[in-house]
Parts: sequence; C-alpha cells; structure tokens
Amino acid sequence: MADKIDYGTLKKGGFMRQKQKGYFSLRLGIVGGQVTAEQLAAVTDVANTFGHGYIHLTARQGIEIPFINIKDINAVKAALAKGGIAPGVCGPRVRTVTACQGSAVCPNACIDTTTIAQELNDRYFGKELPHKFKFGVTGCQNNCLKAEENDFGIKGGLEVVWEKDKCISCGVCEKACRTNAITMKNGEITIDYDKCNRCGRCAYACPADAYDTTEGYYVYFGGLFGNTVSRGIPVVPFIKDRETLFRVCDAALNYFRENALPGERFKFTLDRLGVDGLKEKVMEAYHG
Amino acid sequence: MAEEIKVDDTVDITDVVCPVTFVKAKVALEELEDGQVLSIRMNDGEPVQNVPRSIKDEGHQILKLLDNQDGTYNLIVRKAGEE
Repeated sequence: MADKIDYGTLKKGGFMRQKQKGYFSLRLGIVGGQVTAEQLAAVTDVANTFGHGYIHLTARQGIEIPFINIKDINAVKAALAKGGIAPGVCGPRVRTVTACQGSAVCPNACIDTTTIAQELNDRYFGKELPHKFKFGVTGCQNNCLKAEENDFGIKGGLEVVWEKDKCISCGVCEKACRTNAITMKNGEITIDYDKCNRCGRCAYACPADAYDTTEGYYVYFGGLFGNTVSRGIPVVPFIKDRETLFRVCDAALNYFRENALPGERFKFTLDRLGVDGLKEKVMEAYHG
Repeated sequence: MAEEIKVDDTVDITDVVCPVTFVKAKVALEELEDGQVLSIRMNDGEPVQNVPRSIKDEGHQILKLLDNQDGTYNLIVRKAGEE
C-alpha cells in the first residue's frame, strides 16, 4: 500500500496500533457488554482468518481482535459487517458504554441498564470531546458495573413508599434493609429517607408487596481509574425519570465540551474550575 | 397475630451458612403438605436479610418474622403448592 497510513483515523476507528509493525488490535463496538451469537461467529471468523485465532476481552466489556494486518482492514470490516458488528473507537470521544445485565435478567437490579446503555450509545457514542469520556450503567447498589469509575456513572435505585393497607407487619423489610432506614413500631413502618440508599431490598423482600416503587438513577461525575484513580462525585439528587436523566447527561457533556482543556479528563476540569459551574448546569437540566 | 398461627414444623438453620441456609429451609418446606406452616429459626445478619426474600421468590407465603431477642429470628412461612 503506497498511501500514507493515517494512524489517527485508524485509532478513531478502533484500530489500536501494536508493537508489531503493520499490525493492529481491532477494537469492536459493543454496547452494555451484550454480544449476539451471530456477532460472536463473525468475530471468530475474523480472528481465525485475519488474526491469530484469539480475542482479548478488554477491561470495559469490549472485544479486541489482535494481529490484524493493515492491508486487511477493508476485508475485516466487511467480514464483521456481515455479522452485524463494527469497529469501536478510541481517542478523545465518547467511548464504549458499559452496563451490567440489569433488570432484564438480574433479580437485584432496579433499572433496565441494557436499554439505557443502548440509548446512551445511540445519542453519544463516538462524539468528539476534549478527551475520552466513559459512561457506565449499573443496576443497583451492588454496583457490579462500578458506576463511580466512569466520567459519567449511572446507578439504578428504587424510591419506595410504604403502603399501610397492604402491609401485614411481618417485620421482614426492617431486617432486609442494610442501612437501618426502616423501623417498625406497633406494626407501623417508618422510613428514614436520609438513610435509605434506594437499593430496593425492602420491596423485593416484602411478602405482601406493600411498597410502591419508582425506578430512578443516582449519577456520578468525573470518575476515572487509570494513571489517576478518583471516584465520581454526586452533584444532583436522585433522578426519577429517564427524560431528566438524559437532560442531565446532555448538560454534563456540553459542560465538558465547553470547559475542558484539550486532553483534560472531566475530573481535572472539575478540579481546576470547581464543581459549582457544572452543578449550575446540571441542576438546570434536573429541574427541566 | 403470629402467636396464634399453628406451626406444623420447625427447622433450625442457625448451624449453617449461605447458601446452605436457604437449601435447608427449602428441604424442610418440601417435607410439608401445601398450606402447612413452618417456623424457620435463623441468625441475625445475612440470613435474616436474605432468606425471607428467597422463600418469597419460591412462592411461599411469609406470615411473620419473630425476634427471639437472642440474635435469632423465627420466620413463619405457609407452604404454597406447585403452580
């Protein structure tokens, strides 16, 4: 190939340059850690035909196919497309959106992480920004997906309201609660909402379904887990509907795009400018 | 009140740990007839946090959780039939 190789463009398209000259580890576009059998078959085919017959699972639910030769790029893309899968991204833009299995499968999850991850991906994946930007969605307080590691982390929760007329005063919820937010006295339940972490365990354990529940989201800003390790911080209160969640996402991404220096991760923008500017924008979004 | 519920059988799961707690309770329930009542004695902490929900998820009817004031609880459960 006589053309000069544009490594920047290749990297943007998920081709990660290897130590071995002319070879790339091809990162694939995967949403919320879900891969169909059909996609896997295409990946297997490409790894066998063009790679070294193996894949690498990345730390953020991705798949990379190492040892793809530069001359095979177009053939590889075509083979992957047949299986309904495409290269992912790297560089200063919105990266792979990660998610746990969520309420579609998991009995503990409070939210449908899969559809939220898909919607995040549809709205933001690959969007150009001053630096990389990672979304992660976890279904509940168990935090299997480590929400606070991400630039924008989402953690599902359930807002619970006790329904006296259904309650059989068995006392199970008081013990199911891990934050001691529930007390039962003379058969009456009191919930301390300052202690409640919206894990949903009371509602799940209740034999009489005496809790009315509303799905919602805790969000965390500016987490990262690389050269610097820092936990994302809560800035807005518990969000109770998806429209508000996405308004807050929009506001946070816009704030990052407008205020971050080139090559500056979200955390360092917040460190440099303080959190008040972000808070103003996301609270506006929170209130609609 | 729970004190008036006739208990048909009892099982003590304070001598085992998760996940055997639930297994032992489940086996005890299987030995009962539908509609009979089992009292399951369990420890504070993880067993009382988790076992009631597992019993509920199996479809049985939880009637009451009694605090024995000695670090153990009795969960009173009515056995449900196969659906």
